Amino acid sequence: MTSKNKNWKEIAPAGVCSKSSKSFLTGDWKTYTPIRDVKKCVRCLTCVIFCPDGAINWVPDKKDIEFDMSYCKGCGICANECPTKAITMKLE
Amino acid sequence: MTTQEWKFTAKEIANKPDLFLPGHRACAGCVPATVLKLVMKATRGPTIVTEATGCMEVVSSIYPYTSWATPWLHTAFETAAANASGIEAALKIMKKKGRISQEHVDVIAIAGDGGTFDIGFQALSGAVERGHDFLFLLYDNEAYMNTGIQRSSGTPHGAATTTSPAGSSVPGKLEYKKPLADIMIAHNMEYVATASPYYWRDLITKVRKGLEVEGPAFLHVFAPCPRGWRSNPAKSIEYSKLAVETCVFPIWEAVNGNYKLSSPSKLLSLAPQKKKPVSDYLKGQGRFRHMFKPENKALLDEVQNITDKRWKQLLKKCNLS
Repeated sequence: MTSKNKNWKEIAPAGVCSKSSKSFLTGDWKTYTPIRDVKKCVRCLTCVIFCPDGAINWVPDKKDIEFDMSYCKGCGICANECPTKAITMKLE
Repeated sequence: MTTQEWKFTAKEIANKPDLFLPGHRACAGCVPATVLKLVMKATRGPTIVTEATGCMEVVSSIYPYTSWATPWLHTAFETAAANASGIEAALKIMKKKGRISQEHVDVIAIAGDGGTFDIGFQALSGAVERGHDFLFLLYDNEAYMNTGIQRSSGTPHGAATTTSPAGSSVPGKLEYKKPLADIMIAHNMEYVATASPYYWRDLITKVRKGLEVEGPAFLHVFAPCPRGWRSNPAKSIEYSKLAVETCVFPIWEAVNGNYKLSSPSKLLSLAPQKKKPVSDYLKGQGRFRHMFKPENKALLDEVQNITDKRWKQLLKKCNLS
């Protein structure tokens, strides 16, 4: 660039996504919230496998699953696929 | 192939760190997102992913956020396979010159049905012919969902989309679904398979097999889309099960052109009485709603006939009839 008068604005390099989407919380999209009946749950992890949003995690230390409501979009796949019907969807 | 020895439990899969991170902006109940999450759980080491334009590219990389915890490149709609060829060729020469330390880097190209069946097909065909070592993953949600549910050549017969609307004169899409996996086998590929996310063990095993093949591999994954299919988001995974049980989408793999049914479909070939009628799969989906009107009875019968015909052809290819 030969111009002496710099009349453009420096911006971050385009096209490189720099932030992890983990900081973008999609949990406020939902109208239904999954509620788990701990007694009925057999920890088969079917919900962990099928959750499209990675909102259900297996916590090895607790030997239990944990719902992360900051990502859950309330689709209800977990409730529909649960073999023991331990999850119900409740209107928020 | 060593996958036969790779046994895994649900816990091991759940423990493996996610490479497709939460916080992506897919619709609620999006099965392609589940598919990508499971596919990335099957990787065996350093992996580079390249993705053509499509739903999953858009939702996972809205600036400045990315849902990928692995090197990832976006490319134009038609060039997922061409981009993967370039990456693979670059890795080869960089390894030869000693510029990378990794022993092996896997390359996965991902595209939707529009980016594979229609727009990306010549790039895919060319990359396979050149024999690049990569896995092509097709997530098939049966229309161009990202741009507003236009029909693609992956859309099944009779489905209503915005460019093939069902009305009084035309009952949805008139053409039939392109048998793409069979077309890929005609390229003399070593590994071609179809998979459904409900049978997730089968899906993960097939991804690993595709990565282990030296040369191109093709995986066709069924991925229901509640937005475009106008169905209940909670039932998305159930539809991926029903599609296999009604033989609308049988799952199989072909190693060096030898077809072999995978166990859920094999079960149906051994016990045909367990095969469900297609109406079980079609009902509940808004895109097939018109088929259940009395005047469209013939269309429903036709879909059943095509499904039976294609299933019989597949059994013949597997030497099961």
